[in-house]
Amino acid sequence: MRAFSYERATSVEAAAKAAARNPEAKFIAGGTNILDLMKLEIEQPSHLIDVNGLGLDTIEKTSDGGLRIGAFVRNTDLAANETVRRDYALLSRALVAGASGQLRNKATTAGNLLQRTRCPYFYDPNQPCNKRQPGSGCSAIGGFTRQLGVVGVSDACIATHPSDMAVAMRALDAVVETTGATGEKRAIPIADLHRLPGDTPHIETVLERGELITGVVLPKPAGGKHIYRKVRDRASYAFALVSVGAVVHPDGTGSIAIGGIAPKPWRIEAAESELPKGARTASAILLADARPTEHNRFKVDLVERTLGAVLAEARG
Amino acid sequence: MEFDKPATTNPIDQLKVVGKPVHRIDGESKTTGRAIYAYEWHDPKVAYAYGYPVGSSIAKGRVLSIDSAAVRKAPGVLGVVTTLDVGDLEKGKYNTAKLFGGSEVQHYHQAVAVVIAETFEQARAAAALIRIDYAAEKGRFDLKAEKTSAKTPEPSTEPESAAGDFQAAFSAAPITLDAEYTTPDQSHAMMEPHASIAAWNGDEITLWTSSQMIDWWRTDLATTLGIEKEKVHLMSPFIGGGFGGKLFLRADAVLAALAAKKIGRPVKVALPRPMIPNNTTHRPATIQRIRIGAERSGKITAIAHESWSGDLPGGGPEPAVMQTRLLYAGENRITAMKLATLDLPEGNAMRAPGEAPGLMALEIAMDEMAEKLGMDPIEFRILNDTQVDPENPERPFSYRDLVGCLKLGAQKFGWDKRPRTGTKREGNWMVGMGVAAAFRNNLVMPSGARVKLDAEGTVTVETDMTDIGTGSYTIIAQTAAEMMGVTVDKVAVQLGDSRFPVSAGSGGQFGANSATSGVYAACVKLREAITAKLGINSTDVVFEDGQVKSGSRVVSLAEAAGPDGLVGEDTMEWGDLTKTHQQSTFGGHFVEVGVDVATGETRIRRMLAVCAAGRILNPITARSQVIGAMTMGAGGALMEELSVDTRHGFFVNHDLAGYEVPVHADIPHQEVIFLDETDPYSSPMKAKGVGELGLCGVSAAIANAIYNATGVRVRDYPITLDKLLEKLPDVA
Ligand SMILES: Cc1cc2nc3c(=O)[nH]c(=O)nc-3n(C[C@H](O)[C@H](O)[C@H](O)COP(=O)(O)OP(=O)(O)OC[C@H]3O[C@@H](n4cnc5c(N)ncnc54)[C@H](O)[C@@H]3O)c2cc1C
Ligand code: SF4
Repeated sequence: MRAFSYERATSVEAAAKAAARNPEAKFIAGGTNILDLMKLEIEQPSHLIDVNGLGLDTIEKTSDGGLRIGAFVRNTDLAANETVRRDYALLSRALVAGASGQLRNKATTAGNLLQRTRCPYFYDPNQPCNKRQPGSGCSAIGGFTRQLGVVGVSDACIATHPSDMAVAMRALDAVVETTGATGEKRAIPIADLHRLPGDTPHIETVLERGELITGVVLPKPAGGKHIYRKVRDRASYAFALVSVGAVVHPDGTGSIAIGGIAPKPWRIEAAESELPKGARTASAILLADARPTEHNRFKVDLVERTLGAVLAEARG
Repeated sequence: MEFDKPATTNPIDQLKVVGKPVHRIDGESKTTGRAIYAYEWHDPKVAYAYGYPVGSSIAKGRVLSIDSAAVRKAPGVLGVVTTLDVGDLEKGKYNTAKLFGGSEVQHYHQAVAVVIAETFEQARAAAALIRIDYAAEKGRFDLKAEKTSAKTPEPSTEPESAAGDFQAAFSAAPITLDAEYTTPDQSHAMMEPHASIAAWNGDEITLWTSSQMIDWWRTDLATTLGIEKEKVHLMSPFIGGGFGGKLFLRADAVLAALAAKKIGRPVKVALPRPMIPNNTTHRPATIQRIRIGAERSGKITAIAHESWSGDLPGGGPEPAVMQTRLLYAGENRITAMKLATLDLPEGNAMRAPGEAPGLMALEIAMDEMAEKLGMDPIEFRILNDTQVDPENPERPFSYRDLVGCLKLGAQKFGWDKRPRTGTKREGNWMVGMGVAAAFRNNLVMPSGARVKLDAEGTVTVETDMTDIGTGSYTIIAQTAAEMMGVTVDKVAVQLGDSRFPVSAGSGGQFGANSATSGVYAACVKLREAITAKLGINSTDVVFEDGQVKSGSRVVSLAEAAGPDGLVGEDTMEWGDLTKTHQQSTFGGHFVEVGVDVATGETRIRRMLAVCAAGRILNPITARSQVIGAMTMGAGGALMEELSVDTRHGFFVNHDLAGYEVPVHADIPHQEVIFLDETDPYSSPMKAKGVGELGLCGVSAAIANAIYNATGVRVRDYPITLDKLLEKLPDVA
């Protein structure tokens, strides 16, 4: 870990400005991801801006019946919130399927959205990695790729976004609210937050330098059955091989996002109108552009089978 | 004392303390944080420095140059020791890969430098500034690809065995099986990382470390540093797990010693977790071929087990065929091991080496064979039980009750309710049961101890035995208490210090039986010293209630000790009973699993182990060993695998996020039953090892249960869902 200076931000605007001023600055929220990465020098900020004191840790109804979740609401608190459990149960279920109790107590809404990939080559600083060191090459391609992505990937990077929470938010049509360096506010649909790698896998989101996530807004409750099915090699404390976040209505329509297979929560709205026809048709659309490796080809089958199980559960 | 005749009645047989469920005497110090582990030794008067190791980024080749100019200028840095600075060091007797020194790189993350600074953080930050030039060479990293080049290893590894005419019998057998199985490389993944503190005093060194085998480490550290063994003092009283990963001297000890020498101050070095899987040893992968031929009645007439594994030059094979020499009858048999040269990190002992991966294969093969024969797998095993070494029928087992384990287990587990293959469903779960035999040889090692009696009547045991979480402290206290006629609270146990008599150490499930036997021998000496001092006839003396009683004479131990105290010291040596009699431990593992019909996820629902392992010295610590081992078996069956990057030659998933071991949610209720038995051929304790037995066969029982649930036979471990998916029923 490189030596770094540290400040506690006093306001959202000041935090954004301070971050924009210093290209080597990073925000720290729960710290459960960035500190690990700093220890391995995968992240090397020379300055940390602690945003934990900014408030933004409440969950409130919006005027149009939706829900605004503060950027620094802890994952544990979000999962336990009564409104979330009642009206957005998918989100609650996805959260508790992630990490461990201790980690969820620290992890924040914003930090969770921006957590970085778990590609094992990204984690080994001896290995070339386009995401860690742009232009150095991708060691994963041609190597051990069982966990990695099958769709939305590129020749430069096949890593996945590992978040469970983000999958639920994608299916729930969340909107991410930010404040930029000059104080301007943006509302970014979660579909647009994460970028596909293309040939710049180190640029992971559309956020600009200094832009601070202040909250996430969920539209008014959509009803339906909320199911989060996370498939993994061990029963707990493991990232998803594949996960399915689903809101399914009595008529068989609904919204579906898939985790564990792509650089972002994977949702294709066109697949959803096919849901009543069953998992095979829908997953064929979801994975039309899939380019799996020999090691992770099983994920294609697994998406279809897991989606099938989720739809069956929804029919109940 | 030499143990060369079967044990007769001795003071241990009183079973006033031995065999009782005594809680760990070191438990409180552990739960209250007062047990001091290697990295935590702290003398406030000492200014410790911190060493951070640097691992090679290539798997094979040479270090050309190391530029540490930037490192030396970094804040807090006290010094750098590089592998080029120190030149070639002599390798310890027990190491295959060299740990440090010289330009040759034998494997990924081999230690190439240690950066020393005032704080850990400074050392770590500075270590990242080192620049190393390598000349990489092409290596061999893929066991499958090297299989054909594998050779018969050295005779000392006993690579081959045979009896009768296998080929003829196999060709003639009406029912045959010929199948290949694979087991992956695995990492010990113990909780406490390898860590050492070194402090020099003139030309003498004290090393606080985490070692299973004090004397092996002491010898090999002296060799590596080129000093006399007497100059090395090693301390390892508490160990946070080892599983074989701490049997042999490791790089943290060498780096700490060299770093402390360099800066003239005590230095702490711990291996960072992501460095452990590639820097240290691992269980090597195997490819195994098993052939079994049987009569229609189920009687095995031919059995062959061959295994291929790889290691660095000078290393040895994974002895995966050993149990097949002894477990089942059959007149015509062969076993053979082949060793390929691989440039991966050193393969070596891990959690029941040999039997663990060997039974993973053999016990699936037995299940497959039973099915071909249309027999119940338990009946098939019982039919082929043997009471003699099948390769040398004149050599009996000292005691063998495999059949008892299987029968009792079947009854307790409800084996009669095992469903027909692939037929039982509960919701989305396909449910099945599996069984496997457990088998592990009982090894014995010379083991010494010193037992002191003081004027307060306190008995103090000193031995360099280690407690790696197994319960050594407690069973040693029980042994001394039984022998000296006192309660456990009157016994103090001091372990893991090289100033104490050399013991068996912890490994190969030889620790408990050997080390308590050494304490037994030392107690016999102490009893003799007491009776000699009191001038009483040692044949009619009784030690009980803290007193020595002979006829009407009663003397308290405190009084007998007197102000100067008394000492007994001895080493238990072993005669040839292990040669005349095959000594092994046995068990039956029973498992019920559910497999999700859609996703192929396997979750274990119930586990039972029935063990026959001689006298159980303490049912609490023994049970704890067995359930821990069953958990390792679950890991081996379902998730544990070091994934090899065969292009660059390293284990890719080299941290605990990537290398998955079971978590609590993976482990259901576990039941353990010990058969009530004693084995007078094993030792005066009449006990045997039990720790590793608990792991042997578990993974195969799980594999067989998955087959029973799904009808899908997977022969490549671990049985992850991707290996089942294609063959599971259509659900879409
Ligand atoms: C062992 C382990 C297991 C895990 N398992 C899972 C799992 O199964 N499923 C899962 O989904 N996750 C898992 N996680 C990841 C965990 O969810 C994330 O580490 C956590 O959500 C990150 O939140 P944080 O607040 O700690 O982020 P931090 O580490 O503080 O920050 C993460 C990133 O977000 C940036 N950031 C933080 N706040 C803001 C803001 N307001 N605006 C802009 N940028 C910001 C930081 O600069 C940093 O780059 C696991 C983590 C660990 C360590
Ligand atoms: S897949 Fe992406 S993160 Fe992984 S090594 Fe390649 S570039 Fe790096």
